[in-house]
Amino acid sequence: MIRPGPRDITEEELHAYVDEQLPYDRVCEVQEYLAAHPDDASRVAAWRLQVTKLHERYDHVLHEPLTDRFCVDTIVAGSNAAWKKIAAAAIVAFAIGAGAGWFGRDVSELGRDTDAARALASAAIEAHRMYVAEVRHPIEVRADEAHLVPWLSKRVGQQLKAPDLGAEGLKLMGGRLLPGPNGPTALFMYQNAGGERVTLTTARSPGEGETSFQWRAEDKIGAVAWFERGLAFVVAGPAEQAKLDRVARRVYEAYEIADNAAGK
Amino acid sequence: MAWGYLAIKPKEYSGVSPRSFVRGIEMAILSFALEPPMTAVRRGLQPLIPALRRFARALVRNSEGADDLVQDTIVRALRGEHLFHGGDLRTWLFTILLNLDRNRRRGLARKPFLAVIEDVDPPGDPVADGSARDIARGLALLPPEQREVLLLVTLEGMSYREAADAQGVPIGTVMSRLSRARTTLREYLDGELPPLRDVSNMGKRP
Repeated sequence: MIRPGPRDITEEELHAYVDEQLPYDRVCEVQEYLAAHPDDASRVAAWRLQVTKLHERYDHVLHEPLTDRFCVDTIVAGSNAAWKKIAAAAIVAFAIGAGAGWFGRDVSELGRDTDAARALASAAIEAHRMYVAEVRHPIEVRADEAHLVPWLSKRVGQQLKAPDLGAEGLKLMGGRLLPGPNGPTALFMYQNAGGERVTLTTARSPGEGETSFQWRAEDKIGAVAWFERGLAFVVAGPAEQAKLDRVARRVYEAYEIADNAAGK
Repeated sequence: MAWGYLAIKPKEYSGVSPRSFVRGIEMAILSFALEPPMTAVRRGLQPLIPALRRFARALVRNSEGADDLVQDTIVRALRGEHLFHGGDLRTWLFTILLNLDRNRRRGLARKPFLAVIEDVDPPGDPVADGSARDIARGLALLPPEQREVLLLVTLEGMSYREAADAQGVPIGTVMSRLSRARTTLREYLDGELPPLRDVSNMGKRP
């Protein structure tokens, strides 16, 4: 603390001195004061060092090249296009009547559903990372046990499927139940002949929203996430977008076909 | 590592939902009323993005989360550009960023299982000196409000007034937070505080 000195320098003025926010006419007085008070001078020096260290540690970020996600024009163009679609669709729907089909509806969910999808994808990637590395017990229940799908469906609270991904060279190993951000979460694990593993994580989605496929990659693991019919889906595997995208579409179709068959 | 909408959409057709329908009509009207779009925010925003990213990196510590935060800030600013009535754009943007970060932290507290992807010293970060007394670890010891003030004032070079505006608090609060932050950080860097265990792992399940 500052001892009341002849010149009445306050602690706030010392901060302002370090931050170069001190009125010009006080700078010399503070310097005189510091010359006479080594304790405060060393405090000030330590604060200065912190500033230097912060800049040393973080200034490099200023010079990192910016990807598209930080380009205002790109973001504006994206959301404008979305709004225009919606505006156009609304006018058409208005003109034709509410019976008209209308697409492009949820392209506008810039940020809302994507937050949830992002969180879910991160959780799924983490689960993927944890259990794919597992050699002895990657799964709880093997694929050949008949109760696998009914059990997971019951816990998640919706009819689930373990889609046949044979066309992608993937064979179902089995599944396990995980705690997730939206309650019980089912994880199905698949493996190809080369031992590469892909997981399908399914849980109840936080809302009724539906989204298009969203891609996320973290550290060599990629994920495609989407919400559909009250469920959230994440397909995670080695970060090859085209491949995971195909798997995601198979999963999507498997649910679609089942629903159509059920006459929904 | 970016998020993107893929060109494909699983389904091509869906029914009309009333909420989106009304929003569509609103936007149709607005798009006529607001042409040409307000551009002050857009013009001023781009040059500030590097600084936002630097700040977020120091605030959040993991680069993925920091970049998500900045992207959300940009989207929020663009969506709400009609709410910007002149004044200092930089302060306004930092206010948005701080609010989003507070929401994010609240969200993490509620859903701890999602707090799993914090990488402490991202391998891509060239300047991590790896020492136990790294300034980044020192920052992590500070309560968020103190960390915010310290970074706004030092890294970002904001005046105390601007920092107070960005945080929505009186200047006196800024000064006391700054003072406490500097004291803690000094003790830490001088070795008087033990290097705490990494708090970013707290959400992780054992």
